[in-house]
Amino acid sequence: MNIYVLVKRTFDTEEKIVVSGGKIQEDGAEFIINPYDEYAIEEAIQVRDAQGGEVTVLTMGGEDAEKQLRTALAMGADKAVLINIEDDVEELDQFTAAHIISEYLKDKNPDLILAGNVAIDGGSGQVGPRVAESLGINYVTTITNLEIDGTTVTIKRDVEGDTEVLETSLPLLVTAQQGLNEPRYPSLPGIMKAKKKPLEEVELDDLDIDEDDVEAKTETIEIYLPPKKEAGKVLEGDLADQVKELVHLLHSEAKVV
Amino acid sequence: MSKKVLVLGEAREGALRNVSYEAIAAAKQISSGGEVVSVLLGDSVGELANELGKYGADRVITVEHPHLKQYTSDGYGQALLAVIEQENPEAIVFGHTALGKDLSPKIASKLQIGLVSDVTSIEGEGDAAVFIRPIYSGKAFEKVKVKDGIEFITIRPNNIAPLAKDDSKSAEVSSMSVDITNLRTIIKEVVRKSTEGVDLSEAKVVIAGGRGVKSEEGFAPLKELADVLGGAVGASRGACDADYCDYSLQIGQTGKVVTPDLYIAAGISGAIQHLAGMSNSKIIVAINKDPEANIFKVADYGIVGDLFEVIPMLIEEFKKLKVNA
Repeated sequence: MNIYVLVKRTFDTEEKIVVSGGKIQEDGAEFIINPYDEYAIEEAIQVRDAQGGEVTVLTMGGEDAEKQLRTALAMGADKAVLINIEDDVEELDQFTAAHIISEYLKDKNPDLILAGNVAIDGGSGQVGPRVAESLGINYVTTITNLEIDGTTVTIKRDVEGDTEVLETSLPLLVTAQQGLNEPRYPSLPGIMKAKKKPLEEVELDDLDIDEDDVEAKTETIEIYLPPKKEAGKVLEGDLADQVKELVHLLHSEAKVV
Repeated sequence: MSKKVLVLGEAREGALRNVSYEAIAAAKQISSGGEVVSVLLGDSVGELANELGKYGADRVITVEHPHLKQYTSDGYGQALLAVIEQENPEAIVFGHTALGKDLSPKIASKLQIGLVSDVTSIEGEGDAAVFIRPIYSGKAFEKVKVKDGIEFITIRPNNIAPLAKDDSKSAEVSSMSVDITNLRTIIKEVVRKSTEGVDLSEAKVVIAGGRGVKSEEGFAPLKELADVLGGAVGASRGACDADYCDYSLQIGQTGKVVTPDLYIAAGISGAIQHLAGMSNSKIIVAINKDPEANIFKVADYGIVGDLFEVIPMLIEEFKKLKVNA
């Protein structure tokens, strides 16, 4: 089976966000594989181990994203692809990203593409389904279980807490929801092997993409931090009185009940 | 310039979801005096159409088909694209719900347009409309403008207030027939796991438990409090990891993002990943035994104490409040 995983390099979840000059400051920040993409990588490895085939992890970004690709290779992926847009694309949105990734994938004949259901930085959740639509294949989002029998695929997906059980077929793109699996940590031998695994780097020229064709449809005009919350009121006194006071405050001051 | 705006109405178990009305309010602002057209898809949705008029829709288009009884991206996609082709809207608004999140990228990709997801507020009207959305799990916000093409946004439930209901208003309702073919996904079964009635992401009140809840049974008083307040129960990752509750209740960076009017965190320490899922709630109450717990830093009101003492007392007090109201 020819399996691709779409991976994004994101800020570490513990990272404090600093905005200066209307942009998020990246200097000195720790970067990780988007947590939802880790579920996608793990699932891809499990499917390959059960069905045979090859797992290719793909990301789009700059040179720095190589680190996350090597981590995915160390987990057990077979090959990696970096679509390096550093020098070509100044402003990108989900349209841009999906267009470029689709152009790369269109002649690769993937049987299965996996991605995280959302990236914890941009948080749009668009790129996976957009890629599937561009490639003309079906997609299922926020999956929590995947079973493949021949070309028949049975999936459980999370729908706001409910579980939907559905049947579809390959080729297919799925996006991973938490609960799909428990992503493995790269083992030491895995890390050693990853260094020798192939990592291909391509640029827009290699994909015959003109920069104008992938010009973003939307534009971020400002990034800012939410207003700092004033310190709250920790109640004091006898516990029963505190509870009475709290209910009173919620009713009369905050007016939320 | 005034615009024609298409809005997807969303029903759940035979009733319209609140986000459908919120989307109409968003559409009104974008339309700047233009026309707001609501779309309802399903196997039998005609009787819901009038309700949308009372909340401000000028027109309602219904598409009814047996294949639309359950949502599939193929079925809904075909129906909506047909409506879009007929109506030629200048903007489109969906709710940022499970359905909206799943369907909107398909439509945007098909139409080769941008899509601004998870919008929590809109500044300006008409051509000047700017969309505000949280990024980095609410640790920052961005203002986004659509450069060209149809303005397509999804709005986060509970953030944009619906217009006041006006029973005297009505929308012109028409039905459209669309050929729905070649569904690639067959829904076999839907297992309802979420707590009855109130949807966590749309709830006005959320009672969330953390490791301090200690067990599955420990969630019972939280559930009771949620019922008294007409709210929903949520949980921190810690509580889910410890198997006290289902992952479907998890609030945080991984998990759901909620913005209720009232968020009560019981026995939650307040890890940064949890805060990412709830820090934009209107009022936050923290109940924790540890006065140093991080959750107190974001709370509007805090009680240092054992949740198993505090929650039952809260239930009694809120009941009294309800009786007196």
